[in-house]
Amino acid sequence: MTDTTANPSSGPELSGEEKARKEAYFTASQGQLIWARFKKNRSAMIAGTVLLLLILTGIFAPFLSPYDPTIAGADKDYRNGAPQIPMFCDHNGCSMRPFLHGVERKRNLKTLRFETTINIEERRYLQFFVQGWEYKYAAFSFDLPGEKNEVRFNGFSFTTHLFGIDDGGIHLFGTDGTGKDIFSRTLHAVYTSLAVGTIGVVISFVLALLIGGVAGYFGGWIDSVLQMITDAIRTVPAIPLFMALAAFVPDEWSSETRFFFISCILGLIGWPTLARRVRTHLLSERNQEYVLAAQLCGSSSGHIIRRHLLPSFTSYIIVDLVISFPYMVLSETALSFIGLGLKEPVNSLGVMLQSVSEADVLLNYKWEFIPVIFFVALVMAFVFVGDGLRDAADPYSSTKK
Amino acid sequence: MSLLSVDNLTLQFQTDEGLVTAVDNVSFGVEAGEVLGLVGESGSGKSVTAKSIMKLNPENAVYGDESRIALTLPDGPVDVFSLKTSREMEIVRGGSVSMIFQEPMASFAPAITIGDQMVEQLVLHKKISKKEAKEWSIEMLARVGISDARRRFDQYAFQLSGGMRQRAMIAMALSTNPKLLIADEPTTALDVTIQAQVIDLMKDLVREYGMGIVFITHDLGVIAQTADKVAVMYLGKLVEYGAVRDVIRNPIHPYTQGLLKALPRLDDLDAPLIPVPGDIPSPLERPTGCVFHTRCPMAEPACAQQVPTRRNFGAGHSAACLVAGGGGV
Amino acid sequence: MSDFVIEADQLSVHYPIGGSLFGPKPVVRAVEKVSLSIPRGSFFGLVGESGSGKTTFGRALLRAAPISDGYVGYKDGEVQYDLAKLTKTELKDYRKRAQLIFQDPYAALSPRMTVRDIIAEPLEVMGITTTREETDARVREIAAKCRLNLEHLRRFPHAFSGGQRQRISIARALVANPRFVVADESVAALDVSIQADVLNLLKSLQAELGLTFLFISHDLSVVAHTCDHVAVMYLGRLVETAPTRSLFTAPRHPYTKALLSAIPSLDPDDTGRAQRLEGEIPSPTDPPPGCKFNTRCPHATDQCRSEEPQLASAAPEHQVACHRWQELFETVPA
Repeated sequence: MTDTTANPSSGPELSGEEKARKEAYFTASQGQLIWARFKKNRSAMIAGTVLLLLILTGIFAPFLSPYDPTIAGADKDYRNGAPQIPMFCDHNGCSMRPFLHGVERKRNLKTLRFETTINIEERRYLQFFVQGWEYKYAAFSFDLPGEKNEVRFNGFSFTTHLFGIDDGGIHLFGTDGTGKDIFSRTLHAVYTSLAVGTIGVVISFVLALLIGGVAGYFGGWIDSVLQMITDAIRTVPAIPLFMALAAFVPDEWSSETRFFFISCILGLIGWPTLARRVRTHLLSERNQEYVLAAQLCGSSSGHIIRRHLLPSFTSYIIVDLVISFPYMVLSETALSFIGLGLKEPVNSLGVMLQSVSEADVLLNYKWEFIPVIFFVALVMAFVFVGDGLRDAADPYSSTKK
Repeated sequence: MSLLSVDNLTLQFQTDEGLVTAVDNVSFGVEAGEVLGLVGESGSGKSVTAKSIMKLNPENAVYGDESRIALTLPDGPVDVFSLKTSREMEIVRGGSVSMIFQEPMASFAPAITIGDQMVEQLVLHKKISKKEAKEWSIEMLARVGISDARRRFDQYAFQLSGGMRQRAMIAMALSTNPKLLIADEPTTALDVTIQAQVIDLMKDLVREYGMGIVFITHDLGVIAQTADKVAVMYLGKLVEYGAVRDVIRNPIHPYTQGLLKALPRLDDLDAPLIPVPGDIPSPLERPTGCVFHTRCPMAEPACAQQVPTRRNFGAGHSAACLVAGGGGV
Repeated sequence: MSDFVIEADQLSVHYPIGGSLFGPKPVVRAVEKVSLSIPRGSFFGLVGESGSGKTTFGRALLRAAPISDGYVGYKDGEVQYDLAKLTKTELKDYRKRAQLIFQDPYAALSPRMTVRDIIAEPLEVMGITTTREETDARVREIAAKCRLNLEHLRRFPHAFSGGQRQRISIARALVANPRFVVADESVAALDVSIQADVLNLLKSLQAELGLTFLFISHDLSVVAHTCDHVAVMYLGRLVETAPTRSLFTAPRHPYTKALLSAIPSLDPDDTGRAQRLEGEIPSPTDPPPGCKFNTRCPHATDQCRSEEPQLASAAPEHQVACHRWQELFETVPA
């Protein structure tokens, strides 16, 4: 009896390999099942790869950029310069090492513009792991207004960069009006967007978990009051709020402080949606029978939250976080673009987009649009990954059938 | 020609895990004025079979090449699989074929009154005026035992109790005067005393309107009370078919026998409940040969290889078993 | 037989529902003045349709629903509790002694825990076992008793079919060695061919471990085959209670009779139409005055419409709450 009833695969005889595969499925945890389902979603996997690459680019931005993205690293001899693509061959034959042609710039006395002439006889070779401008990791400096609030930690300095060129400059995406390397700036901007998004999401997530959690777990009048507050916050219009805040931010704040301030604000107005979701998850999970089952064997509230409720919606929360991330990035970009958010010398996608709104740039220096591609890719990657995760985490999609 | 004839219906679903067989070579017929009970447990393919008649299966359904579903209507025969446009499909969706669902709440739109839904359907299918449709709807509501039908006509589904809702659903299904009614577990969600009322009502209506009914349920008792003929399904296979008295009193297939022995009966309180051993295999792991051989007490080695065909065991009583009758029993 | 595990006396469970902020809140009288005693070692059936309050009653006995009024006592040897007035430590102890088996084997098992962890949770939470080895031994012992394959303990619930999941939740309910178990519609979600297997398992476990079961079901034929004592509820009231055989061969209450005749018979020639009930169960928020069954009862009189009948003894251990049971029993055949 035991043999026949307890064996779910009482079908045809299975080969050893198939058995192992089945056993792996049966002993797979929820996380593993979600991952297995996510892997099947091709667009989400592609988006995931893109996202991972972008995140890595963001983190290693200083190492990957040949130049300091601020005014300090600007190439004064190559302002508004076109992108330079390394090549292997020219009319003089081919080389194993990629190279660029030399450039010379002169002012055209009639138009008063700089004009670039390429010296196709001169070869400048690309080099890897070159020493260049100094950058720091884990450096931390934070100065709120006031003398005492200054915190500084110098971190670790490096000077090695992935690539460089033996003589002159290499500007893969060209340069802007002040000669700053757009490639370096883009990579740093990706980092900024990710950082703003992370801080904003973390702040709104903590608030959401706290407020939504309290509302959902206790219910009753606490829930009603918290819902009213949540709704009130949701009705605050974002743009006027930001204009007021922009007026409030003192000019002497450093760009880092400003950056941190903007992230906090984004987090502080982003939580209500997330809080609502947390509350809904909790309300529905709280009435699941397995929670009652746990209560009936004498579990404390703490045990139930830790052991049952939290694990039951971590997957949903992760999905929500990933989905709300692009909104943070979008808000930051929008704010910086209209001049209310980050300002130079911080590199953010919004700051960079600000410069492409000039007619001169639109007409003559189209390479300054390259950051837009990165921006679109970043937002799309987040959206697709979020959608894929949501589909994969939905318990009603296939396991219950 | 029968009112409905289903021939060699094979239906597979295209899923992530590959092709999953839901219905395997099923044939049966329903005459006008006859109730065919389709019995089976979860995964037996009984609902999927019924939905094929109305072409209601999802996009990923793949029908077999030999499969054929034909209706013989007064206006001439209809080949269901050749219906393409939504206009043609109206014949099998609410025109000559109607369906009653298990959850009446889910089949009424929540924001439209019951009356408006009935009128809309009538105007669409019967080409009559709104006024006529309203009178006819109220008459139908009264006919299915809804008291105060004129008032109910203007109510929403959520304002009715479960039993009333199921009655309204039946009234709506019958209002277009269908030739064939498909009832998918129409009493499962109801309490026993209400279920009894609905069963009585359906029996009366068959007598009065003379349509054919395909009655789907997992409950053999309900089948015994409503059906003229029974088709027992297991894992997409039709394992036994015959008149209701023959099948229930004298089951031939070991699965039907097992089901009857597992069922608690009120006429013999001391009879032990004998479960059918084992679990219903997942559709992904369809057994080879006879689909029931993994749980069958009479299984012989041949059952794992050979797919049994239905054999006759008396007038109109057939079963798909290699062993039964021929030596096993 | 005076050895009762559970004794309920005039037990009521009322739930407030919605309503406006001002004025009295409407109350659902889910269970109203139910007196019922469950003998030790019995397999006690509780039958009713939706809205009868059978689930609420079962939960109140487990202290999973609030006891609004009345007394419920639990007795096991030296231990004696008044369930309405349990202290924290007493409640903790009572949780070890009384357990629930759920209806839906899909919802009652946390999908994020392995079968071993699910079964072991009560042991760990209640601190019954101290070491992992001890826990594992207990889990394996009860899993074997519930006919689970011990090799499958590492698996997650999604690997199992309905019947197997129900056996897992039975193992979980029994692992802490309770004395009293409420099985709430525990076979309702299962297919017929599997249902019999789970019923037989419950019966054999009850005999083997000497448990007392309260088996809640809407299905009279299942109750008839498993229980030795049956109580019938209607709209929060207890209408009849009797030993199974007595109830099924000689039902006294018109509702019980109607319920019995409403079960579709397997005999196509036995329609049982004679006893059909009209109408539907009234809403528990707005029950009729008098006998709660008077709106559907074919024998209702003016007395039934005004005065609520009390439980009266009709035969040994057989009680019925009906004004007219005696005359009906003599004149109307069951």
